[in-house]
Amino acid sequence: MINEIVIAGFGGQGVLSMGKILAYSGLMEDKEVCWLPSYGPEQRGGTANVTVIVSDERISSPVLNTYDVVVVLNQQSLDKFESKVKPGGILMYDTYGIHKKPTRTDIKIYPIDATEKSIEMKNSKTFNMIVLGSMLKVRPMVTIESVLKALKKTLPERHWHLIPLNEEALKEGGNLIKE
Amino acid sequence: MNDKVTLMKGNEALAMAMIRYGAVCTSTSSPGFSLMQEGVSYLAASEVPALLINVQRGGPGLGTIHASQADYFQACKGGGHGDYHMIVLAPSSVQEMADMVALGFDLAFKYRCVSMILADGTIGQLMEKVVLPEQRPRRTDDEIRQQCPWAVNGRKGMRPSNVVTSLELDDDKMEENNWRFQACYREIEKNETRCELIDTEDCDYLITAFGTTARVAMKTMELARAEGIKVGMFRPITLWPFPEKQLREAAKNVKGILCVELNAGQMVEDVKLAVECKMPVEHYGRFGGNVPTPDELLNVLKEKLINK
Repeated sequence: MINEIVIAGFGGQGVLSMGKILAYSGLMEDKEVCWLPSYGPEQRGGTANVTVIVSDERISSPVLNTYDVVVVLNQQSLDKFESKVKPGGILMYDTYGIHKKPTRTDIKIYPIDATEKSIEMKNSKTFNMIVLGSMLKVRPMVTIESVLKALKKTLPERHWHLIPLNEEALKEGGNLIKE
Repeated sequence: MNDKVTLMKGNEALAMAMIRYGAVCTSTSSPGFSLMQEGVSYLAASEVPALLINVQRGGPGLGTIHASQADYFQACKGGGHGDYHMIVLAPSSVQEMADMVALGFDLAFKYRCVSMILADGTIGQLMEKVVLPEQRPRRTDDEIRQQCPWAVNGRKGMRPSNVVTSLELDDDKMEENNWRFQACYREIEKNETRCELIDTEDCDYLITAFGTTARVAMKTMELARAEGIKVGMFRPITLWPFPEKQLREAAKNVKGILCVELNAGQMVEDVKLAVECKMPVEHYGRFGGNVPTPDELLNVLKEKLINK
């Protein structure tokens, strides 16, 4: 099983770190993983995207043109990546600021109110973990336990007290998916 | 850990001047490597081992910060002056990046030459699973005296002085030096040529690529095989010495070769020389930090070789 994923949004939304945590979660399950960021010289405000591959087999190309799962967090990224979802694949987008909705009918589309949920949780930094929670509900390529292990691995010890909040965000993200 | 030393220098030329007296490693990205060329030539002529790392970005000039492979000529054909070679290692994964540090040092010390890791911006930014090799302790001064009798770290009255220099104004002696360097390069060619072959036994078409493009081309190979097109892959791991014998052997029965690079056609010259132009050799390159995608390469393969 191979999961080819792209996460795209603005710099500062936690795009790259969401990808990194996902890749580390795969690592915790001894899967093959790969994380390739793409962003300009600026750190905040510009567009950023990251390709993550979580696979049971050896990964060939880290550079892809079509994806099984596309997660987009702004209109620009939605416009750019809608056409790059493999037929039958998944397109997930945060509804905040989206004025032109996706139109494809050969893929599964999941609008999620992640920005709204992060405001409700009174912490905008939970945003990317809410999105990750939603994504893993739709395509459970790694377990939430592995994500928590990955957080412990990637966060410096002084931030470990934030892990329960992240766990809550992952759960809330899963709850945004109603099928 | 007090056996690791990291030094920060003001610029690349200064860093190279220091390396000449330190047998160490330094890394940079393309424009910085251009600045180092004088030092590379001096290192080669002084027979001081060093490991240089160039994570290539798109040029010429300041260009872009994203991936490129346009420094192949500079690395393999000598960017500095004089007749010299570096051992050029081309990693295509993070694991290889890690492993090549130890390998690069070992080769540099074995042959008293300069070795380099020629990576690119994509491999440089990539995160993957990696098993780090065990850290080796730094050699003591006495071990250096024993293992590197050429080193200039104090004689303790044991032997005559060592002189590290690239200057030799006596023409006959300088010619002799050059013959010694060339003999060393022939030894390296004989012993240290490395490559990876994937599905080349039955292939009709061969893709040659190194670094990032080799990874992309591996996926192209999978896509092609799923369509019934037998594609094999030849990936040089040492760009110098170029694995020409291995390529000639792998390409024996193929209908054509596609050489994919992030440049306007550099390694393709060595590919053509290796196969003596006995079959069509096509080149496909992208520039400016752009990397081709697997399906793009499949279309190119069909267009340039299969449906021609």
